Amino acid sequence: MLDARERGADYLVRRHYVRWPEALPWLIAIACFFVFPDRMTFGGQVLIMIMFALSLDLILGYAGIVTLGHAAFFGVGAYTVALASLRLGWSEPISGIVGSGILAGFVGAVVGWFILRYRGLTLLMLTIAFAAMLQESGNLRSDITGGYDGLPGLMFDPLLGTFQYDLYGHTNYWYVLTVLAVIFYFVRRIVYSPFGQALTGIRENVRRMHAIGSPVHRRLVTVYAISAAIAGVAGALFTQTNAYVTLTVFDFDNSAKVMVMLILGGTGRLYGPFLGAAVYMILEDYFSKLSPTFWQLGIGLLLVLAVLFARRGLLGLAEDARGLLAGKRGSLASRRLVWKRDYWSALGSSAFDGAVIGFLAGFAVNLKEADLMTSYVTGMPERALVFTLGGAAIGAGINAVALLIAGRTAVEEPPS
Amino acid sequence: MTATALQVEGLNRAFGALPVTRDVNLTLERGARHALIGPNGAGKTTLVNLITGALRPHSGRVVLNGEDITNLSQAERARRGLARTFQINQLFRGLTVLENLCMTIGERDGHCSNLWRSAGAKRVVIDEALDHLDSLQLVDDALRLVRELPYGRQRLVEIAIALAQKPRVLLLDEPAAGVPSSESHLILDVVAALDPDIAVLIIDHDMDVVFRFAREITVLVQGAVFTHGTPEEIMHNEQVKAVYLGQEGHHEGHHAGQGARHG
Repeated sequence: MLDARERGADYLVRRHYVRWPEALPWLIAIACFFVFPDRMTFGGQVLIMIMFALSLDLILGYAGIVTLGHAAFFGVGAYTVALASLRLGWSEPISGIVGSGILAGFVGAVVGWFILRYRGLTLLMLTIAFAAMLQESGNLRSDITGGYDGLPGLMFDPLLGTFQYDLYGHTNYWYVLTVLAVIFYFVRRIVYSPFGQALTGIRENVRRMHAIGSPVHRRLVTVYAISAAIAGVAGALFTQTNAYVTLTVFDFDNSAKVMVMLILGGTGRLYGPFLGAAVYMILEDYFSKLSPTFWQLGIGLLLVLAVLFARRGLLGLAEDARGLLAGKRGSLASRRLVWKRDYWSALGSSAFDGAVIGFLAGFAVNLKEADLMTSYVTGMPERALVFTLGGAAIGAGINAVALLIAGRTAVEEPPS
Repeated sequence: MTATALQVEGLNRAFGALPVTRDVNLTLERGARHALIGPNGAGKTTLVNLITGALRPHSGRVVLNGEDITNLSQAERARRGLARTFQINQLFRGLTVLENLCMTIGERDGHCSNLWRSAGAKRVVIDEALDHLDSLQLVDDALRLVRELPYGRQRLVEIAIALAQKPRVLLLDEPAAGVPSSESHLILDVVAALDPDIAVLIIDHDMDVVFRFAREITVLVQGAVFTHGTPEEIMHNEQVKAVYLGQEGHHEGHHAGQGARHG
């Protein structure tokens, strides 16, 4: 048994060590290539969104900067390679993404220097405004940018002078995966560095950071620029993958979507972006085939579920489950779980949550057949009833099982 | 060897039309044990905020170790050896106690500009952090999250962070506030054992605390220095009694009485 001192030192010294589950996302990504060789164009898009979400994780998850305008930097990167290729004749892909990263990072530093004096809602509005300004300027000079019609038919040189972009996106998949791995390596180092620690400090308590002498503004601008650069690289890859770009890359939608992906996966966790972006993209793809008109309802349901059951994202949920199974209280894994001895109210509230979800799920299932949202309750009362009650039973059931296993019911501690 | 550690000259600050700090002068010698007392709303915390740079004065100067720091930011002042604790805990609640300390040391020594090396690679930092925790008997809580600690222990972390800054001037804003009296002696012991080289300014309501530690007392009333003197002088100052008894009622008077016995 180590004494408290050694345990403490040990924890910090080992924290950044690579653990074996960390290989999992990469193995899955490689396996996907062999299992779904005909879906590699889509696979490349998923990897790009992972990279984009990762850039957001660095500022939102670690530094606590809330932004709904991160698409601005994605767009800067996307247009850098497009315009370099079309207007300057520079079509070499790798120098293209490096240049995009540098340019987006520079823009991030300049913008960040101005807007990171503010926090909270003010900052949120400024980030939205900046993305909108870029989009509008692009629209104003549509002679250069191609406006909302976009710049089609971009051609890029073969990778490293040898590997041609192919119709199935095979080359592209490996290319994007490699870039993602390199960027991930950088991000991981940053997160575990003293600088990364200072970022979590800013997220946790900015007043204290000022009081201990931290140059908060400089730290924030630095990480904002790095994040912008990564978003820029993601944007550049997006253009290269599609050989096409329009001003919609600056859309508010794009900014919001990447935030949803990140939150769905879990913020401040490094692998949250992987899970969140992959799940979101795959479900989006699936739902849009299921119901081309109402596919967004499926995504909405997913978010409702996440908000009810996984406030800290899917990875947070996994941590809680692990803590629950281990039956440990107050362990690092289950630190946000509090145990509630008031069984009946816990069962009741989970039953209610389940009922709401069941009702919405019935709604979603109905879409496939009827495509008529209004007729759900009036037109199919049996299904509405079955789904609602079923949802309630499942909700209560989940907690009842926890009750049987652990002798207690679990609820999540409200954010303080 | 005595030298002036902190000097406040003619400090003024108003919130709108309300002056909250009026022509305050204050001098802390090196190793000073100075108390700042005054009834509620006297502007004690505002004064701390002005000294640390959380607020800017409308006129006047703050001089730290001979250097005019009036126009420096809060962080720059902190790096020059001015540390504070907050009346209400300001901690990194979601991090472990040890991380709270490592962060402070990292920022103090400038490690936190490093984006590349692992934070765990600097054993010196970790060891120093553990030393600080050791001296406040917090080592057993090193790996607990701050928010899981009882309030009294959190209060100690607050002080540990300030000490880890290796300050030359330390401002303690009601160090024992909110701590049950059964535990407050722990904190007061720590305060009593502070390095004699550090100049300490204690802001407190509790006359027990004040008369136990202070060698000098400044009384602040309605934003201005009402009087200044040794604990003896303040204790026997009829005007101070009137201010305290008049505005704070029986409770504070009771504490003052206890303080007198300590003296």
